[in-house]
Amino acid sequence: MNESFDVLIVGVGGQGTILASNVLGEACLIEERHVMSAETHGMAQRGGSVESHVRIDGIFGPLISPGTADLIIAFDMLEALRYRHFLKEDGRMIVNSAVVIPTSAFQKDLPVPSHDEILTRLGTPVPCVIDAAGIALEAGSILAQNIVMLGAASHYLPLLPDSLTRAVRALVPPKTVEINVRAFDMGRDAARGCGT
Amino acid sequence: MVTRYMLGNEAIAHACLEANIDFASGYPGTPSSEVIDILRTQEERPFYIEWSVNEKVAYENALAAAWCGQRSLVTMKHVGLNVAADPLMTSAYTGVVGGFVVMSADDPFAHSSQNEQDSRCYARFARIPCLDPSTIQEAHDMIRDGFALSEEFGLPVLFRPTTRICHSKSDVSIGDPGTEHRTGVFTKNPAQYVVIPAHTRVLHKKLNEKQPALARRLVDLGYNRGWVKGKTAVIAGGIAISYVEETIPGDVSLAKIGAYPIDEEWLETFVRQHDTVIVIEEGAPVIEEIVRQVAGTVTVLGKKNGYAPLEGELSPRTSEAILEKAGVLSFSPYPDTEAAGGVPPRPPILCAGCMHRAAFYAMKKVYRDAVYPSDIGCYTLGIQLGTVDTTICMGASITVASGMAQSGEARDIICSIGDSTFLHTGIPGLLNAVYNGADITVMILDNRITAMTGHQPNPTSGCTACGNPAPQVSLEAICRSCGVPFVETVDPFDLTGTLEVLKAARQRDGVRVIIAKQPCVITARRAGVRRKRYVVDTEACTGCRACVRFGCPAIEFSGDVASITDLCSGCSVCAQICPVGAIRMEGRT
Repeated sequence: MNESFDVLIVGVGGQGTILASNVLGEACLIEERHVMSAETHGMAQRGGSVESHVRIDGIFGPLISPGTADLIIAFDMLEALRYRHFLKEDGRMIVNSAVVIPTSAFQKDLPVPSHDEILTRLGTPVPCVIDAAGIALEAGSILAQNIVMLGAASHYLPLLPDSLTRAVRALVPPKTVEINVRAFDMGRDAARGCGT
Repeated sequence: MVTRYMLGNEAIAHACLEANIDFASGYPGTPSSEVIDILRTQEERPFYIEWSVNEKVAYENALAAAWCGQRSLVTMKHVGLNVAADPLMTSAYTGVVGGFVVMSADDPFAHSSQNEQDSRCYARFARIPCLDPSTIQEAHDMIRDGFALSEEFGLPVLFRPTTRICHSKSDVSIGDPGTEHRTGVFTKNPAQYVVIPAHTRVLHKKLNEKQPALARRLVDLGYNRGWVKGKTAVIAGGIAISYVEETIPGDVSLAKIGAYPIDEEWLETFVRQHDTVIVIEEGAPVIEEIVRQVAGTVTVLGKKNGYAPLEGELSPRTSEAILEKAGVLSFSPYPDTEAAGGVPPRPPILCAGCMHRAAFYAMKKVYRDAVYPSDIGCYTLGIQLGTVDTTICMGASITVASGMAQSGEARDIICSIGDSTFLHTGIPGLLNAVYNGADITVMILDNRITAMTGHQPNPTSGCTACGNPAPQVSLEAICRSCGVPFVETVDPFDLTGTLEVLKAARQRDGVRVIIAKQPCVITARRAGVRRKRYVVDTEACTGCRACVRFGCPAIEFSGDVASITDLCSGCSVCAQICPVGAIRMEGRT
C-alpha cells in the first residue's frame, strides 16, 4: 500500500478548493516530497459539489479510496457529511461552520439537515469546526476562507507551517499576500486544541 | 531540469514546448481544454496556435502543418474525435512528414461527457500508434517520444490521456523549451496526398506494412514491459497501472501496457509463462482481446468473463476488488464504508445572473406544451428548468428539432444551441432545416464565448486564441444567408421584449431564429461590468416562491420569505418575475 498522507478537500464550486490543493502541492515541492492530486473540473465548477484528492508522499495514482483519508478539510457542512465516508477510522476533519444550501433544495423543497444534526452525524472523532467566514473577514477579505481552513488544518498536516506559509505567499494574488498570510495564522490559532 | 507541481494538461503542454512544437490547434472539450489554453497564454516559445471551430477543422489544419514538415498538435476530447474521424482515417494512409500528435482525452465515468467511448479503438481502427500514460510524469515524457515516433514512422500518433491524468496534479520534472523552429514547406507528391483509388490502394498496403516494426519499437521504447514473479500475472494499461501497483502482492507478475499496437510475440511470451492472467484496463477490452488471442491454454480473467467492470472508471479500490475476485488477494485492505444518506444533491447549476436561465424562462412561458431539443454547453444545465429534452452531440439540436418536426410531431418544437456549438456543427443543420422546409424555432444562446469549458474565445468573441483582434461573426447574417426569413435578436434580461419576440415567432411558420444575446456573466464580471444587486422587500413578499422556481442560486427561501444573497449579479430578471413587485434594486425604495 501507498505510504502517503491522504487529504480530501471538499466544498462548493467557487470556494477555492483548487487553490487550497495547490498550496498543499507547492508546500510539498518546498519540502521536496512527492505529491499527487485529483480535482474536479468542468461542469462541477458551476456551484456543484467539488472534491480535491491530495496524496502527500504519493507515488501511485491520485485517487483516495473511501475509508482511507487521513484528513478531510470541508469548506461546507453539507459537503463534510457528503464525503464523511472517505475518512479512515482515526482520521481528522476540519469543517467550515457555514452551509450553502443547494438551490435544488429550495426548488424541490428538499429537507436539509440542521447544523447540529450534521455535527451529530459526522460522529467521532469530533470534527474541528471553524467560523472561516468570520475569521476571513477579520483577516481582511471574505475570499480568504480557504486559506483560513488550511491554517486550521495545518496542525494535522505532515508539512511545516513555514512551508505552507511560503506556498500561500507564492500562490495567492500579489495584492492579497498579507491578508492571506494573516488568514492562515488566524485559522491556525482558531484550531488550537480544537476537536478531540 | 526543474520540478513543478503541475496539472496533467499543463505538463503535457510544457512537454510540447520542450519537443519544439510549431503548430497547435484544437476545439475545447473537458478534460482536454487546458492544453491549448496553457499554450496560448505561455510566453516561453512562440509558434502558431488556434482554437478552431470544430475538431475536424482543427485536425485538418494541424495535419496540413505536419504535411509541411512542422511538428503539430491537435487536441480534443474523445467525442470530438468522432467529428474528426473522417480525416483521421485517411491521414493514416497519407502519413505525415513532421511529427503529428493527436491528443484525444478520454473521460471514463463520463464526468462531463455524453458517453465513455475509448479512443484506443480509433487508433486500432485507423492503425496508428496510441500512447496511453499511467502517470502525469509519463504523460509529459511520452510527448517527446510521440513526435519522434510520428516522424520515424510517418504516421499520426494518437495520445490518449484520461480525466485522471489531465485533471490530476503531481510533482513533475520538466525540461527547457526547445529553440528549433521550422517553416512549413509543402513538397508536392500526389501519390501520397491525393487519395484517388489508385493511390489509396498502394497507401493502404504501405500502412499495413508499417505495423510489425511499429509494435516492436513500442516494446524497445519500454512502453510495454513485463516483470515475471510467479504463475499469476496482472496486465494493466493506462492509469489502471498506477492503481494496480498500489495493491499488487509481491509474488504476482505485472505487465504494463503504455502503447499500442501491442507486439503479439512479446505479449505471448509474457502471457505463456503464467497459469492465470488478469487484465485490468479502463474503457473497452482492448488489451484483453489481444491477450485472449495469444493466451492459448492460459486462463484470462477480465471484462469478458465478469471479473472487471465494462463501464465506468477504475480506482485503487475497484482495481483491488478485481484482484480479490480473481483470488490474487485474500482480503481487501480497504474498510467498508457507506456514504451518508439524506444529504440534498448539489448538481452543477447555471450561474447567478446567467442569461441562459432568463432565455429558458421566456421560452417556457411562451412555448408551453413544446418539445425542447438542446445541445452541448453550459445551457445543457437547463435540464433542471425543464427546457432540455434531448442532447446527443455537438450540433444535434437543430437537426433533432427538424427531424421531429418532419416526423409529424404536432407540438411546437423550439430548440436551443450556444454560439460556439452553432459555429461548430449547428450551421449545416440550420441550412438543412431551411432547405427542407422544417417548421421549428431555434434559440441561439449567444454569450460570445465558449463558457462551459473555461471561456475559450470563438469567432463571435472578437479575438483569437492568442488575444489578437478578429472580426466578430454576425450570427444574424449567417442565419439570413442560410435563408431563414425570421431572425430576431433579443436581450434576455429584457424579459418583456424577449416574450414579445417569442410570441411573434410562435405565430409564424417555417424556420424562425431568435438570438438571445448577453455576455456570459463570468466574462462580463472579468471585464469590469458591475450591476447593482437586487433585494427582497420582506414586507411585500408573499412567499409565493415564483422566484425560487426560477432556480437562481442567489435566491434563498427561509421561513416564509425569499432573500437574495451576495451571489446576485444584478440581472434584474427575478424583479421582473415577482408577481407582487417585492424585488427591487438595492438602494431604491
